[in-house]
Amino acid sequence: MLRVDVTKQLGDFSIDVAFASEGRVTGLFGASGAGKTSLVSMIAGLLAPDRGVISVDGEMLDDTAQRLHVAAHRRRIGYVFQDARLFPHLDVRRNLDYGRRMNRLTRDAALETRLNEMLHIGHLGDRRPGQLSGGERQRVALGRALLAQPRLLLLDEPLGSLDDERKAEILPYLIRLRDESGVPMVYVSHDADELRQLASHVVMLKRGRVAAFGGVDILPA
Amino acid sequence: MFDISPTEWTAVLLSLRVAVVATLVATPIGIAVAWILARSRFWGKPFVDALIYLPLVLPPVVTGYLLLLTFGKRGLVGAWLYDHLGIVFAFRWTGAALACGVMSFPLLVRPIRLSIEAIDRRLEQAASTLGASPWKVFVTVTLPLALPGILAGMVLGFAKAIGEFGATITFVSNIPGETQTISSAIYSLISTPDGDAAALRLMIVSIVIAMAALVASEVFARRATRRLHGN
Repeated sequence: MLRVDVTKQLGDFSIDVAFASEGRVTGLFGASGAGKTSLVSMIAGLLAPDRGVISVDGEMLDDTAQRLHVAAHRRRIGYVFQDARLFPHLDVRRNLDYGRRMNRLTRDAALETRLNEMLHIGHLGDRRPGQLSGGERQRVALGRALLAQPRLLLLDEPLGSLDDERKAEILPYLIRLRDESGVPMVYVSHDADELRQLASHVVMLKRGRVAAFGGVDILPA
Repeated sequence: MFDISPTEWTAVLLSLRVAVVATLVATPIGIAVAWILARSRFWGKPFVDALIYLPLVLPPVVTGYLLLLTFGKRGLVGAWLYDHLGIVFAFRWTGAALACGVMSFPLLVRPIRLSIEAIDRRLEQAASTLGASPWKVFVTVTLPLALPGILAGMVLGFAKAIGEFGATITFVSNIPGETQTISSAIYSLISTPDGDAAALRLMIVSIVIAMAALVASEVFARRATRRLHGN
């Protein structure tokens, strides 16, 4: 369960958002500039709220009243960015292994095999990020985030930089991850169709405020 | 023509030792300073910035004399180092290395700073969401991505150190076998009758060293850049 109740001033723009979601995939829906990315950055711990609380499964990650702000690297919250952000100096294998090494986790061969198969990335190991297509890059980024064994996965417009054909190629992978990985997700998108296929709950954001919260039926047609 | 005499060899080897030690000691300090200048904002930063570039614009004699006043046996820092740690810089090869390190520091810092400033900080954010502490982010992402700049800085610093003359001779004088580097040996030789041939030999040696350093840096930089572009 993800609970968010935060305010944050960013220049002229302010965020004042509260919601709690049990859903397996919580969709954050809104036009660009609605504050979606700032909100997920706060959940990830990359940005500190001015006031409020963020908790995952009952564990407080931010609580300004208690002056608590757990650093991003201690949150175990995975983050898949729109632009993949693979490390250019590491090959695919080392990119995938990065989170495991940083968290000092023992190698989980079963998880690796399952993800390689689910995301179809096993054959890319020796390649450099620069030698991957946009879709491959995004699949590797998904694998990298999941191999760090997060308790929550944030996906910030993971299909945003792909053309329609590539989107159609990645979407089935995301649906499989949702159904088989067992990791709850927050999925950010401005595309109602995408969220209809993936989300169980939807938080609709408008200019930094929650405009609606509910099932996928609240999404515009 | 090419019988290099033992004294000349001593000067060549001493120059190499001084430049290598100066570069190796200055590099970690240079990386730290470059990182601070690239990443943090603090009161007095323009002053620190100017201080680091000062040796580049000051007459080398001034820098050398300031070093003598500070690190000489009776200098502010020098006396303390001698009394507490037994370290002496004045008129020793270590002093030559210190002078070269100080003189080459701006050239070392600048490319490192530029390469750190050019790093996409979003990659560092990605690393932290994958569980990397700030120190690990620095070691596994920032440093490798700054590597071309670090190598460029090291080569520039080394080249400056091996050619340094003014500050070195002012601070540690020109003692054969202890502080006489290639530059100061050439200086002595051309002011001695019949020293021309020997001076010419040392000049050729210094040209060879400089060329080798530049070619090596080009190769390293190209390899590192290719690595970083992810293909």
